[in-house]
Amino acid sequence: MSGQVLLIEDEPNIIEAIKFILSREGWHVHTHSNGVDAADVVRSRAPDVLILDVMLPGRSGYDILRELRDDPATAALPVLMLTARGQSKDREMAERAGASRFMTKPFSNAEVLDAVRALTSVA
Amino acid sequence: MSRDTLTGSRIRERRVAQGVKQADLARKAGISASYLNLIEHNRRRIGGKLLLDIAEVLQVEPALLTEGAGATLIAALRETALDMNAPAELDRVDEFAGRFPGWAQLLAECRGRIATLERTVETLTDRMTHDPHLAASLHEMLSTVTAIHSTASILAEPGEIDPDWRARFHRNIHEDSARLAETSRGLVTYLEADDASATQTGSPQEELETLLDGIQHHVPELEDGGRVDQALKRVGQGASAAARDILQHWLERYAQDAKALPLESFAAPLRRYGPDPVALAGALGADPARVMRRLASLPAEILPEPVGLAICDASGVLRYRKPLPDFPMPRFGAACPLWPLYHALNRPQVILSRPLVQPGRTGHGIWADALAVPQGLAVNDDAQYESHMLVRTYQPGATDAPPREVGVACRVCPRDACTARSEPSILSATA
Repeated sequence: MSGQVLLIEDEPNIIEAIKFILSREGWHVHTHSNGVDAADVVRSRAPDVLILDVMLPGRSGYDILRELRDDPATAALPVLMLTARGQSKDREMAERAGASRFMTKPFSNAEVLDAVRALTSVA
Repeated sequence: MSRDTLTGSRIRERRVAQGVKQADLARKAGISASYLNLIEHNRRRIGGKLLLDIAEVLQVEPALLTEGAGATLIAALRETALDMNAPAELDRVDEFAGRFPGWAQLLAECRGRIATLERTVETLTDRMTHDPHLAASLHEMLSTVTAIHSTASILAEPGEIDPDWRARFHRNIHEDSARLAETSRGLVTYLEADDASATQTGSPQEELETLLDGIQHHVPELEDGGRVDQALKRVGQGASAAARDILQHWLERYAQDAKALPLESFAAPLRRYGPDPVALAGALGADPARVMRRLASLPAEILPEPVGLAICDASGVLRYRKPLPDFPMPRFGAACPLWPLYHALNRPQVILSRPLVQPGRTGHGIWADALAVPQGLAVNDDAQYESHMLVRTYQPGATDAPPREVGVACRVCPRDACTARSEPSILSATA
């Protein structure tokens, strides 16, 4: 596998672990940990897949995703959302915001890999 | 048929329930069976001595025959059927309550218990959603567990890992496990220590707001250079540990603000400009956000007119709220996303000043000044912003600027077509 993954997450050790497992599979992983300018970073990096945490400093992942979906350049970008809450309304909010996939913490490395593979094969 | 014309039906129900033949009841009451039949089918009115005689034969209170079950019980049964959307025979509810008063009462009481339990569930759900401390702690725990889980999985996989990476992952797990232990301890302490107070008053943030409302957001001892710990002792009396912690930070900032902008410095500019934070900041050479906080803390005898203030952090969570009668602020959860308070976060360091109008409020106009400022210094890092919004009334016609329509919060806002809506309104649901 190869391609660009952008991981926007504020937990440094999750970043490190996900970056490691994806890099090992051949993905080129960029990371960012702030919500405020996350949408701009997505546009400038133009990744193949975006992994986006919901609770970010400065701005929620839902807000960022809504902005990306409103922009034709990023409207079709495959997005995997990560959240610490698995209630149905959180899933609904993610779907409404335009998430391609939704994953609840704690997740396994295999789940992340499967999700990224699935998103890129669809894309 | 109205309830008071059903006396005959109740007599019949009682008689049948007791297994008494119509002819026997008629004979004991001194009337013919055919006349009793007319009464039982509500074709003859009954009262006076005959009613007393029949009640005596049936060994029931006469009132139970004339009034049936209590109006409250009947209403409760009707509401139960409607609440449950059950296909119950509403037109026979009176008959049911009269014939089976014990079961009817039980059913009504069950409905009361269900309602109480539903409220409890709602409160607990609300707390999970809106208690910032609890939500943040749980998020922190789950994130830490995720980091440990992912890292440990990598280390447990077969095959060699670069020694540098291995060492780094071991260090990460060590750090995360220590953090997890600390967060868990803090959460347990919070839940146990706050058990009584938190269930009564909600989150520590709500407790703080109750305390501040109690002192009208003004702390005289800090105006005179008094010590924060003494003010904390007085204001925070009886508060939970978590609420006292938030209160301490609030008092520390109050003391700094009061020292930088003493009460006496406000007198002349206030007379000249009124509670206009922009004009006052210019006149006093002060940070407008600090001026807003000072205005919200001024006693009524100094302030020419009341002001409201909302402060939120960069995630939009309200950390301070002092509402105005003409500009309510939500006690739980997020406020209206159209408030300039939130727009200011998109334009840090710029004062957004404009009139607002809330649906259904036709009194004074509301003027809002909003400003997002960094908290502390940011060195080689992103600044953390917090936003302030001071609201005050203004006379209609005092400005040509069109007012922006805003609400209080989505749940209580009737503006259906609003693009900023995040959840359905209970107002439109009942309309």
